[in-house]
Amino acid sequence: MKLELRGITKKFGDFVANDSIDMVVEPGEIHAILGENGAGKSTLMNVLYGLYTPDGGEIVLDEQPVTFSGPGEAMAAGIGMVHQHFMLVPVFTVAENIVLGQERLRGPGLLDLDAARSLVRETAASLGFDLDPDARIEDLSVGAQQRVEIVKALSRQAEVLILDEPTAVLTPQETDELIQIMGRLKDAGTSIIFITHKLREVRAVADAITIIRLGKVVGSADPSATETELASLMVGRSVNLGVDKQPAQPSGTALSVRGLTVLDPNGVEVVKDVSLDVRRGEIVALAGVQGNGQTELTEAILGVGPSHAGVIELDGTDISRLGVRARLDSGLGFVPEDRTTSGIVADLSITENLVLDLVGTSPYSSFGSLNVNFLRENARHRVEEFDVRTTSIDRPVGTLSGGNQQKVVLARELSRDLTLLVASQPTRGLDVGSIEFVHKRIVAERDRGAGVLIVSTELDEVLALADRIAVMCGGLLVGVVDGGEDRDVLGLMMAGVPVHEARAQAADHHTVLGEADLDVDPATAVEPVPHPVQDQEEGR
Amino acid sequence: MTQDEGSRRPDAVEDAPTADRPTGEVGAPDQQPPSTSNALREALQSMMSSSVLVTVGAVVLALVIGSVLILVGDTAVQSTLGYLFQRPGDFFREAGRAISDSYVALFQGAIYDSEATTAERRVRPLTETLTIAVPLIFAGLGIGLTFRVGLFNIGGQSQLVLGAILGAWVGFALDMPPVVHIVVVLFAAALGGAIAGAIPGVLKARFGAHEVITTIMLNNTSRYFLLWVLGTGAFLSATPQVSPGLAETARLPLLLGGSFRLHLGFVLVLLTAFAVWWLMERSVLGFQMRAVGVNPEAARTAGMSVRKITVLAMALAGTLCGLAGAMQVAGTEGRLTGSVYGSIGFDAITVALLGRSRPLGTVLAGILFGALAAGGRIMSSRAGTEAELVTVLQAVIVLLIAAPPLVRSVFRLPAPGGPRTRAKEVAA
Ligand SMILES: Nc1ncnc2c1ncn2[C@@H]1O[C@H](COP(=O)(O)OP(=O)(O)OP(=O)(O)O)[C@@H](O)[C@H]1O
Ligand SMILES: [Mg+2]
Repeated sequence: MKLELRGITKKFGDFVANDSIDMVVEPGEIHAILGENGAGKSTLMNVLYGLYTPDGGEIVLDEQPVTFSGPGEAMAAGIGMVHQHFMLVPVFTVAENIVLGQERLRGPGLLDLDAARSLVRETAASLGFDLDPDARIEDLSVGAQQRVEIVKALSRQAEVLILDEPTAVLTPQETDELIQIMGRLKDAGTSIIFITHKLREVRAVADAITIIRLGKVVGSADPSATETELASLMVGRSVNLGVDKQPAQPSGTALSVRGLTVLDPNGVEVVKDVSLDVRRGEIVALAGVQGNGQTELTEAILGVGPSHAGVIELDGTDISRLGVRARLDSGLGFVPEDRTTSGIVADLSITENLVLDLVGTSPYSSFGSLNVNFLRENARHRVEEFDVRTTSIDRPVGTLSGGNQQKVVLARELSRDLTLLVASQPTRGLDVGSIEFVHKRIVAERDRGAGVLIVSTELDEVLALADRIAVMCGGLLVGVVDGGEDRDVLGLMMAGVPVHEARAQAADHHTVLGEADLDVDPATAVEPVPHPVQDQEEGR
Repeated sequence: MTQDEGSRRPDAVEDAPTADRPTGEVGAPDQQPPSTSNALREALQSMMSSSVLVTVGAVVLALVIGSVLILVGDTAVQSTLGYLFQRPGDFFREAGRAISDSYVALFQGAIYDSEATTAERRVRPLTETLTIAVPLIFAGLGIGLTFRVGLFNIGGQSQLVLGAILGAWVGFALDMPPVVHIVVVLFAAALGGAIAGAIPGVLKARFGAHEVITTIMLNNTSRYFLLWVLGTGAFLSATPQVSPGLAETARLPLLLGGSFRLHLGFVLVLLTAFAVWWLMERSVLGFQMRAVGVNPEAARTAGMSVRKITVLAMALAGTLCGLAGAMQVAGTEGRLTGSVYGSIGFDAITVALLGRSRPLGTVLAGILFGALAAGGRIMSSRAGTEAELVTVLQAVIVLLIAAPPLVRSVFRLPAPGGPRTRAKEVAA
């Protein structure tokens, strides 16, 4: 099916989020949309999916103009969408979720679950993966849930599939799998609209690229364009994809973790006897495949995690018996892994979210009363400094684009004097320009003398930022290596191979990506990569 | 079809890789008490965010449904049904008469009685409306406050009862100078309410006992406690099951002289509504309460003590409900009786919902409910319509506002793509 958007305009009040956007998606094409945070990508997709009524322009399917008054009509017309935040009912099984809202699968007054089961199996098989129709959604990994969403969209005969930042929450392996699925869909003739901030993914799968800036289409690009070219088209200036930083000049110890053990509610050790130091003036990155204890480790440092044994010292003082508030007060800054669950309060305004963990202190309040003017002053400053794209500082933070929400969290945590900054996935959902800025800020924080602990599943980010890299696997600290460590060695360590062995193995067998690192100097190491899919697999 | 905001909470779908991450067990410092089922919290959120339009629509629709009931209950209308097809005009004439009679009487009883003979009597209905509204608003402010903290406090009744008991005792047993006495009565009632509110708050914070259950149980307990108290020596009077009358110094002064019941409480409740607004919007504590109400996980990450705030919010709500009790004993009733609480505790839930838990909204909703109650009496005496119609109207209003989100939360269904949830979708 050929999809055409002609002059789509969408306004929120006076603010024009989409300004007469033209775009053509050919049948069987993977069409990537690139754009800064707040450029209007999600808005455009919501218009296409019938969630928003456009203020102007038309949607044309196979030369037929159509209008949608809701997602139901969009689905009926063959448009499916996988939102970044899934819409599955957690307590239902896969098959039950597929049946939901599908008249086709209903008998007289009954749900035809058997039909749904076989539909799930068939669709999944045709895409080359397994999906248990009777698994409950809440027991599935994020990647598997995303596949359920895809199956759900396809089971309604979607011919155009919209994927809005599908890879932001995926592990590299899951990303690989998704990319393979996209390939099969494309072969079957389904068009895909693919939104992502990760340029290498775009270069790997896209057939066509449309670039949106400030609500307008500013051009299209060829997938063979380099990441630097794409980045500058997106942001409208040249972007440094590496990180400029001087060698670290560490001084005293900011964080010292000794023998930390964390149990999950079932009594399973998820962090096993970890000891780790972060010195003032250095960036330590905690690398590892998601779910190997990094999250629990950071939560234990903040004091929100489950019970633990061991000692956590901040600047030489044991904080392991303190509450969260006291830890924050002693100079800890914390960027949680998942902004929507732990970082922001969606219904509160940007102004309020910018002081969520500062509000009880002066000058933000005095005698229990908020200093409203100061809060607003503060908000105007931060919004300006971190380039949060918003029409007003009074808007509920939940109405900001995903990347801009992340900027609010970062702006808040970087707005006071820190001894230690603990940041999980600090740049999740950010565009390349914002990543450049945030990386700069983190390095500046280090140079000011704070210790920085970064948790990232993005190896690129780890390599770009870290002065030292600590690798975790299965709750254990596999080892700590220097920032410039070989990509393959890190990959092996992430699979649990100790440093020496990993080095020996890596010397025998180099992957394409690893070799690219050896040839090129580190600042440009994130440049063109021919086949990231394979690379990441081999890097394991 | 869009994502419900609530499903971004800790137990939500997209959080699966870390879903094994504990959120509620004890042990580590400052753990969150086992959370109110997120579903309920979510339902509360969407009830509070129902638009003004929905609220007005609910009231209008309730009046329409009420008209049907009026027709059903009206004998004259029924008799025209017998020959509906011969002379349909009769039916419509009678129907129109029955409905307008009832609603006109309702209006006359609630706002302005155009049939009354003296000027005083003509405006009395409005003052009655406001008088009835006073305790409703007090309790509604309290319940609404807890709603905004994500707590489903339905213990307004127990908080009111304890406040009334303490307030009444101070009012009739102690001898104090004029102004001081009433102030002490108000304080005592506030304290009584705060205690009754803090109990479920502490139970929740310490042991994770769900506030819906504990407050319901306290409601029953408080009823029997009240009856028992009225039988004890300290509360014995000439009439059984009724306490001695409060001292003149302990009564709230009347605002418009002896022929109207409207008392100083009306002024107090307006001031209190403003204070609650300030507390929620302009104070650090209110800020924290709102944060906890929307996203306790993020509040906890930001160093707020969800436990402390839970207890405080419940105690504050109790304080306000306790003051509602003071309005009863020191305002309209003048003594403590076994039914001093009426249905205020429950009506206040409706008032808070209708007012979307905002102080101004609660004041307006309280007055509306006061009007329905005051008007209902006149309606039944003048138009012969059962006064229960008013109860039905109230129930329909709640149903229309509260039912959709509740049903959704019970079945954990995603919210339909309302403008609000759609806006959040863009967050992707
Ligand atoms: N409901 C709304 N009310 C007002 N403004 C809105 C609303 N929804 C989105 N916006 C604004 O429209 C702009 C486009 O938002 P959109 O979510 O489409 O950005 P995006 O390109 O998807 O960004 P990101 O990469 O960060 O997800 C943003 O500036 C956002 O603040
Ligand atoms: Mg987006």
